[in-house]
Amino acid sequence: MSYITKKLSAFKKKETYAHFLKTLRYSLYVIGHPADGYWDLIHAKRGSYAAANFMVILAMLTHIWKLRYTSFLFINVNWEEVNVIKEFATILLPLVIFVICNWASTTLFDGKGHLGDIYMGTGYALTPYCLLQIPMIIMSNFITKDEGAFYEVLNTVSFVWVLVLLFMAMMMIHQYSFGKTLLFTFITIFAMLVFIFIMMLFFSLISQGVAYFVSLVREVIFRLN
Amino acid sequence: MNRRRLIITIASLFTLCAGLFAVGDTYIYDVWNNIEKSPDVYRVVDVIYAEDFGLDKKFSAPANIFCNDNKLFVVDSGNNRIIEAEYTASKKIQYIRTIDSFNAPDGIVNTFANPTDVFVNKDGSYFIADRDNGRVVKLDKDLNYLLTFIEPDDATYEKGKTFLPEKVVADAKGRAYVLARNVNKGFIKYEDDGTFTGFYGASEVTYEWTDYIWKKFSTRAQRDQMESFVPTEYSGCYMDPEGFIYATVKTFKPWELLSDQAKPIRRLNALGDDILIKDEVPPVGDLQWGTSVGLDSPSHFNDVTVLENDIYVVVDENRGRIFGYNNQGYLLYAFSNSGNIEGFFRLPAAVDHINRDLFVLDQTNASVTVFTPTKFGHMIYDATDYYAKGEYDKSAAEWEQVLKLNGNYDLAYEGLGKSYLRQNKYKEAMEYFKTKRFRKSYSKAFMYYRKEWIEAHLGAVMLVLCIIIFTPFIVKFIRNFVRELKSL
Repeated sequence: MSYITKKLSAFKKKETYAHFLKTLRYSLYVIGHPADGYWDLIHAKRGSYAAANFMVILAMLTHIWKLRYTSFLFINVNWEEVNVIKEFATILLPLVIFVICNWASTTLFDGKGHLGDIYMGTGYALTPYCLLQIPMIIMSNFITKDEGAFYEVLNTVSFVWVLVLLFMAMMMIHQYSFGKTLLFTFITIFAMLVFIFIMMLFFSLISQGVAYFVSLVREVIFRLN
Repeated sequence: MNRRRLIITIASLFTLCAGLFAVGDTYIYDVWNNIEKSPDVYRVVDVIYAEDFGLDKKFSAPANIFCNDNKLFVVDSGNNRIIEAEYTASKKIQYIRTIDSFNAPDGIVNTFANPTDVFVNKDGSYFIADRDNGRVVKLDKDLNYLLTFIEPDDATYEKGKTFLPEKVVADAKGRAYVLARNVNKGFIKYEDDGTFTGFYGASEVTYEWTDYIWKKFSTRAQRDQMESFVPTEYSGCYMDPEGFIYATVKTFKPWELLSDQAKPIRRLNALGDDILIKDEVPPVGDLQWGTSVGLDSPSHFNDVTVLENDIYVVVDENRGRIFGYNNQGYLLYAFSNSGNIEGFFRLPAAVDHINRDLFVLDQTNASVTVFTPTKFGHMIYDATDYYAKGEYDKSAAEWEQVLKLNGNYDLAYEGLGKSYLRQNKYKEAMEYFKTKRFRKSYSKAFMYYRKEWIEAHLGAVMLVLCIIIFTPFIVKFIRNFVRELKSL
């Protein structure tokens, strides 16, 4: 209880916000200077979880805004069939699985990063996505289909930038060489596939187990009546 | 008590009859590729059997029908004859004659063996694909023998198989294009004197690079077992008034349909390339295949016919459906189904038209179904027709009527939008295009709207631009000024 109250009381202090804004502003430095920026993010403690959380939430919101407000010339979405929870999950689930799998695979091969560090690095890496996609949503409503090339290019740039940042984050956080980072990128992808496979197996088993007991109880109720 | 019984009787009678008249199954696909029910576009005038012509023998596996002006030809393959009939203005079919032999010089067989197609050229000459005799005969309008098109004797033609010509079309100059069974290089093209001049419109050979690698690693025996990379055969063809051949293909991979690699309907130009105009969703028939009655495969088109203004109609043998597309490749209507009742088919083998009336040959049922457009159908055709003629106001008025009958008819929104666009009412046009997500048209309307808006607000736009450009300079200047003031 005291932990929660301590955390809550921090919200009243002005320094908390100052620190949050400072670390958030630091993300702008990170996306421009990934090598230097990520090193300091972890080792000089210039990042914060609050800023990382903020970036992740903003990325999820950006994804929804993108579906809702982009001109239908570029993204044709049937808004009535969009499931917001599902759309949040399309950002959040890969992120969480990536963080866990990356930590799980690198920690065995002297990766220096903690789980939290990896999460923070990944959160900061989402900055260019938000930074580019939000102006693009506005821009898309002022351009025609013929000028769509601008949109496509910016769209690609935003994704490639994020991927480059992720790669650099892994390299700096784990203190790996370039080759080793490349190797562990592939290992992480493989681990993610294994993770998803096991999860699906787990869920199908659980649901069958639950279904068994549900039918058992139903049968008993039926007999008792 | 009595009253209740009466009500129940009436209700059950209605329910029973509803099944009998359940032909109201016209639909279109909306912008999200979902089925939208539509009022009927066509209604059945008549279903004609051989008896209706006063013939003793029933049709036996009729292979094709052909319409020319107001003449209707039914190729009765099993009985080695061709029935010629007239379609009168009162939508009745009158028997004219049976063509089962022709006047030929000695040494030439003057009867048919399993004829599969007939084509009547503008000058009245007949081209008849006489399948089991391995020839296509050309007759003049009094059925006098002119010449035959026989199996090509050429290096490019692979011999060793029986020559079985199945479909024939000819152009205005008398050049014949023949589709033969087991020939997969496209149409066999003959000059007007009967000489073979090569193949035409062979569909390009497609293969996946994965298949290619797989083949590299397999043994000769395995390779022989594999499907070889061969082009596909055409299932139906139609010579449109402009001299382009429309053709349908039945063999393709289902997943290639929406990416427009399969091209089940093609319009071939003089070089044999496909020049059919396509919408964002290419014309492939049914988009939702479902799983009902064990059918989960795409539409397989058997034949195609081209109406006025390049509206083309295809028949699907898989579900017994008819699809109509406009010249932009946009679905106008889809109707009918498999079944025994009037207006449904068991195996639709061929389709042709006289003006706006459709004739569909049901091979298994040995009958010809005659369809005529309803009021709603005529509206759609009229609207398209007016637009093609450049009478945009009339076209818009027709679309307006269409929308009154069916608010879900997407194309009407585009039609109205286009008419507003012509009147330079860009804002209204954009509204219509946006409602049903016509991207291309919306983009065009938006471009004009944006131009108009910028021109109208040129002063303000320039002002904003100036402010954006000069603000940094002004700020810098003021800062320098302030600094100098302070340093004084």
